[in-house]
Amino acid sequence: MDWTMYIYKTIFLVIILLVTLLVAMYSTYGERKVAAFMQDRLGPNRAGIFGLLQPIADGIKMFMKEEIIPLSANKKMFILGPSIAMTTALLTGVVIPWGGTLTIFGHEFPMQIADLNIGILYVFAMVSIGVYGIMLGGWASNNKYALLGSIRAASQMISYELAMGMSIIALILTTGTLSLHEIVDQQQGMHWNVFYQPLGFLIFIICAFAETNRAPFDLPECETELIGGYHTEYSSMKLGFYLFAEYVNMFISSAVIVTLYFGGYHMPFIDHIGLSGNVATLLGTFFFFIKVFFMIFLFMWVRWTLPRFRYDQLMNLGWKGLMPLAIFNILATGVFYYFTELT
Amino acid sequence: MAFLFYMLSAIMIISALFVVFSKNPVDSVIYLIICFIGMAGQYILLNAQFLAVVHVIVYTGAIMVLFLFVIMLLNLNKEIIVRKSKVTRISAVITGGIFFLVMVAATRQVIEIHPRYPFSGTVGLVSEVGKTLFHEFLLPFEISSVLFISAMIGAVMFGKKDEVKNFKS
Repeated sequence: MDWTMYIYKTIFLVIILLVTLLVAMYSTYGERKVAAFMQDRLGPNRAGIFGLLQPIADGIKMFMKEEIIPLSANKKMFILGPSIAMTTALLTGVVIPWGGTLTIFGHEFPMQIADLNIGILYVFAMVSIGVYGIMLGGWASNNKYALLGSIRAASQMISYELAMGMSIIALILTTGTLSLHEIVDQQQGMHWNVFYQPLGFLIFIICAFAETNRAPFDLPECETELIGGYHTEYSSMKLGFYLFAEYVNMFISSAVIVTLYFGGYHMPFIDHIGLSGNVATLLGTFFFFIKVFFMIFLFMWVRWTLPRFRYDQLMNLGWKGLMPLAIFNILATGVFYYFTELT
Repeated sequence: MAFLFYMLSAIMIISALFVVFSKNPVDSVIYLIICFIGMAGQYILLNAQFLAVVHVIVYTGAIMVLFLFVIMLLNLNKEIIVRKSKVTRISAVITGGIFFLVMVAATRQVIEIHPRYPFSGTVGLVSEVGKTLFHEFLLPFEISSVLFISAMIGAVMFGKKDEVKNFKS
């Protein structure tokens, strides 16, 4: 790697960071608009045209609020919690391929920060570290509701991580690689993995809902039972970090789903239009974001349609429903490839 | 590379010391997590990316979460200094000293280990690890998986609620 590459990667990293934050910011607005639409209301419409400035107003409000650290709380851990939640949420974006390769002045710049050959596992590692943010925050608050919320969150995330990992194993059997870049390249021309692994996709997306603590799996913060769950004691921007990390997670997991199952930045019929390299790449990125936005919309759609699970139902679904299905999926995929590739 | 190695080692040693010396168990867990992440860094320096990520997923992401679970549920967050009896303390010092002596003696006389495979850039990649495990070390691998299964079944058996069956003797 020469110096231009280092500079490019740094700039690209900052751009990805800003785009992630921007998308997460406007997801909050989108969520409220979608909710309003589903419930036949208008939603936020006071700040700016169509209420477009609402996220900024919310952000300023969050910063201006008084910051309270409860006296009985463990101060170090209380601050560490939201920091970990936010950091791990943002770190996952590093391995996602956001687009093809740009060619500027004879240099080739891939639109991916790090093409690790274990890309999927890296995502899993970050998700599994993300549990600590919620656990520590809930514990350090020294509040029963917060502790209950954080324990629920941790057990839920551990349970659904298993089924998620198993659904990924079946995907790896079909693709034969762990690198996200190669997985995307294999899906060129509508060979999307969702057609080869429909069951795996279903398990993966259900687990993604559970991992991001979104409804119908939002038991860690369910208001009717636990006040606010793990962030009951939080105020000001630390609360903002927790809420924001959820939206960042939603965006990143949508991007991961699109990358793994919906062909990433490949769009159908791109070869027939006959565009030059750079334009096609940028168009691919644009198409990638359209897919991601649809996925985010799906997240919201589900949230405002389905009621919340009960806790035992949640655990039953994870361990007795999704786990056996995922194992069956691995077995079926393995048998299929064993008999088709021997010939 | 050497700089990274020394930095990671320093982080690991310091956090490991904090694991022992911090009085709050939750602090200890956090420092142990930092130590494990440093270890994952060492694996990456050895080009064993797969091992590094699996290390993070299994140790940092699963086992330490369970540690934290236990500490939270048992409410061990009070900073308790356990007072042991004099005999226990003296014997602990002696045992620790002897163990330290053994470790020093073992590392003093370094024997060069000849690895089965010459070190190359691809040695830690997933495909290489998989090929080695499933060709050459297939039997030990399968036996250890049987061991894991039996451990899991044992844990489930212990965790099961006692369906009281009084064997009348």
